[in-house]
Order: sequence, then C-alpha cells, then structure tokens
Amino acid sequence: MSLDSDAVKNIAHLARIAVSEEDLQTYAKDLSNILDMVDQMNAVDVAGVERLSNALDQTQRLRADVVTESNQRDELQACAPQTEQGLFLVPRVIE
Amino acid sequence: MEFHQQTLTELSAALAAGETTSRALAEHFIARFKAFDGDLNTLVTETFEQALADADAADQRRASGQSLGPLDGLPFAHKDIFCTKGVKTTCGSKMLDNFISPYDATVVEKLKAAGMVCLGKTNMDEFAMGSSNETSYFGEVKNPWNHSKVPGGSSGGSAAAVGARLVPATTGTDTGGSIRQPAAFCGITGIKPTYGRVSRYGMIAFASSLDQAGVFAASAEDAALMLQAMSGFDERDSTSIERPVDDLVSGLGESIEGKTIGLPKQFFDDGLEVPVRNAVNKAIKVFKSLGAEVKGIDLPNIGLSVPVYYVVAPAEASANLSRFDGVRYGHRCDNPADLTDLYKRTRAEGFGDEVKRRIMMGTYALSSGYYDAYYIKAQKIRRLIRDDFLKAFEEVDLIAGPTTPGLPFGLGEQTDDPVTMYLNDIFTIGVNLAGLPGMSIPAGMEAGLPIGLQLVGKHFAEAELLNAAHQYQQKTDWHKQLPAAYQ
Repeated sequence: MSLDSDAVKNIAHLARIAVSEEDLQTYAKDLSNILDMVDQMNAVDVAGVERLSNALDQTQRLRADVVTESNQRDELQACAPQTEQGLFLVPRVIE
Repeated sequence: MEFHQQTLTELSAALAAGETTSRALAEHFIARFKAFDGDLNTLVTETFEQALADADAADQRRASGQSLGPLDGLPFAHKDIFCTKGVKTTCGSKMLDNFISPYDATVVEKLKAAGMVCLGKTNMDEFAMGSSNETSYFGEVKNPWNHSKVPGGSSGGSAAAVGARLVPATTGTDTGGSIRQPAAFCGITGIKPTYGRVSRYGMIAFASSLDQAGVFAASAEDAALMLQAMSGFDERDSTSIERPVDDLVSGLGESIEGKTIGLPKQFFDDGLEVPVRNAVNKAIKVFKSLGAEVKGIDLPNIGLSVPVYYVVAPAEASANLSRFDGVRYGHRCDNPADLTDLYKRTRAEGFGDEVKRRIMMGTYALSSGYYDAYYIKAQKIRRLIRDDFLKAFEEVDLIAGPTTPGLPFGLGEQTDDPVTMYLNDIFTIGVNLAGLPGMSIPAGMEAGLPIGLQLVGKHFAEAELLNAAHQYQQKTDWHKQLPAAYQ
C-alpha cells in the first residue's frame, strides 16, 4: 500500500496537523514504508477469529454514577493557554 | 563501598541499621547527577531541593520510629511520563514544555506514600514513541557504556541514569519494549508487569491497551522491592486489575529446580546477532545448572507482532493525543486565524516528526474505508499472538530469549528509516500485545556493550519471574558491572 501527497494531505487534515507542501512527500514515503511492513498482515487468514482489545479479555469496569471529584477549576485552568472568568478561550467559532 | 556501588536493597538495609541517612544518600546521588548528567542528559527536570527536604523528613520519621517501610528515604527518579503535582511533566515533548501537572499519578502517589525521594524527571522519547531516546524534544540521552551509542528507548533517561548509577532505581513505562530494550542496552534490570497490574492513572497515555508502568534497577531484588510498592488495584484506571498483589520480595530465594523454560524458535532465527545469541545461550546454561528444564516452543504468529503493533499502537495514540489541542493545557500557536488553524498549527509546532508520523498512521488505520483492513484485522491477529503465548504456557513456566536482536546501535544510525527503528522491538512487542509480564536482565558483554536476556512470565506471575531473575543473578555478576567512567 502506498500513499501519495494528496492522501497524506487528507490524513493530516483528519489528524488536525498542519503539514507543509515540502513535508508531504517525506510523510508519504515514510507512511508508505510503514504500510508496506504492516501489509504482512495480509498473509494471515483471520476467518472466525474474534478481535482482542484487552489482552486479559477484561471488559471495562463501571462505577456508580456519583460525583467523585471536587471542584478544582482554578488549579486545572492554571496551566491553560488562555482563560477568562473560568472559561477556556478559543478563536471565535460563531459569527 | 560508596552508595552508588550498592543496590537499593543494600541501601535500604543501611538506612534501617542507622548506618547512614536519607539526606546523605540524596546528597551523594545529587552530586552524581551534577557531575555526570551534563554529558548523559538523563534528566529533563531536577527536583533536588524538594528531594533534600523529603530526605530530611524521612530521616525524622526514622528517628522517631515512624518509618514508612523499606523504601522510606531511598532516592529514585520518575520517567517524565508520570504526572507530578507542581512539577513540570513534559513527556519529552515541546507540547508539554510548559505543563505543570495539577495532580499526581497513582504511581507517584504510591512511591511518595512509601517515602521514596524523587530526584527528578527523566528524559524519554517524545510521548514514549521511539527505541533510542532520539525523538525527545530535550535532546538525546547517551549510553553510559559508550557515549556514541543510544541508551535505547523510550525510557532512555531512566535506563541510562541507573546504568551510570546516578540513582539506584527509576520508574519507566513499556508499550512495546520501552523498559526492556533500554534496560538491555544500559546493562540493568528492567521489569514490565502484567497489563493492569500498575495503575495507568496520571501516566500520559500513548497506546492504552498496551501501556504499562514498571521499574529499572540494579537487580531483580531491587526491582521487586519497588514494583511491590507501585502495584495494586486503582479504581481511577478502568483497566486496573482487581486482584491482590503477590508478595514479590519474600519469594525471592526459592529454587527454580524443575521449572520449565521455553525457548521460542522464532527468537533464534538468522536475524539475531551472534554475540547476543551466544550470551543468551550461556544464560540458558546457567538456568539449566540451577535445575531448570529447557524446551523449544513455537509462537507461529509472533513474526506479525511488529505489523500488528504499528496499527494498534498508532491507532490508540491518534485517539489519545487528540487531547493536545492548544485549548486546555500545553503548547498553543500564536495568533490563530480560527479554531481549525489553532488545532493544526498548535499540533504541527508542538509535536515532533515521529509523533506526527504515528498520529497520521493511526488516523489512517482508523479512517473510513480502512478501519476493517487495518484496525480490526490487527486486533484479530493480536488474539492469535496472545493465544500462541497462552498455549506455550500450558507447557512451560517461563519463556526466555533475547531482549533485542543486536547490541546498542550508534546515535543517529537509525533515525533516517522509521521501519528499521521499529524492528528493534521485534522480541518485546508480542509480550505487550499479550499483556504478559516481561523482564530484561544483564546477561553478557560484547565490545564493551551490555546484552540483555528477556524473561517472560504467565499473566500475574511477576513473583515467579522476579525469582527466576534473582536466582540467575545469584550465579552471575553481569548485573554488578558498571561502566568504567561511572564506577
């Protein structure tokens, strides 16, 4: 499987990463090489095999739906790039 | 003997006997960091002042009969992937260069509660993605045995710091080999327990179904001591195992006579460098001399570990790392034109090349039209790989083999080709996919560079694994060797 620059441009957009025109080629080459390696999976017949997402076959534990955290807004926002009156600021989304 | 020539266990005994103080230990190891870390670059952030205060507090507890136990007052360092309250936590990335964690990871809490004194946060591959510590935003770490070689990765700083005995023990994490491979390259003991044994809460996530915390130390006995304090159920980690922790320390010393050690034939093929093969074969003879039986085993799908891993891990990483958006914490680009521009430029500036490559690989594997062919297929083969191990463990108690296919390689030698770099973890990745506990212990030297032996146990068999390593270390002294410059 090989990817061209246009495919990488689309992936980069989905991943929300800005990639310059000159870097697209490099990523296309590197990702294609990784995909070539990954394509070894094609040789395996997995008919009838169940997926494994947890090596111990555990399912996610549920907890009671109760409040366990105290309000730490100020501490948690201390490392935010931009806040105002307890809100995170981002560029205007709605005109 | 100087403090750095002693093990964590010996230092613990010296403290208990009143032969030294926690303050004296902290001062000694701080002095070693100051003398040597300019070259090695193992620390991203030092916490020496806090460490001295914590050491004094430990000494006061001990003086008043209130010691917290065998780890109280012993110095160590944390991999900079563990959130530490009030201390910079970078995960080796520019993205988190300004991140002061508002809370402690469970591992951090537990080692604090045991009284351990943290001297700093260790360097690592960015977001734990790498096998050489060369992807760190904070510069490469050097191998203490040879400064032109890599220390391995991703926990390269933690491994090199113990390798040079700048500190007696460190924490690490292992997603595909990130404890075992650098332990092998730095000539030390490293253990990754069963998936879910140590809490992932506050450990910055890379691939959540594979990530597991563990320990680097000078011996299996030391690793047992520290892993004991780190292990246990944590309700804040949804995949934490609700099961009592075995006593890892008191079982050390049991005979391994009659135990069966499996050697996967796939680990001894032509790709294995001769010095590593020879060292592993010698180590197996030592186990035989201890009364263990050895038999060949087959892991028919293990060769697919690397391809499967490079779908599963990037897919999980692409989801986990979507949190770095320039809004709530971490780096943010200047003057964003709109929200999409904010995300895209923040992430372009904050992440290094390898992280971007893996996010894009994962995004692709999860994208519409490719999800079945990549992600689901990889998860199915993951089951085959896991089941191969489970089947082998019906016949053997432990599995042994090389940790790495070769000796530590040169700085810059493998940075041009990601796939070549990925193949460094060919023997370690399957263990993560199967969620098994694994170790690397020193088992030889070649051209002044250490060689690691990998041992893999059944699920939850950390005690048995550590005991086997300990028995080996009673018969050998590879783990006692120090690089000449750091003796």
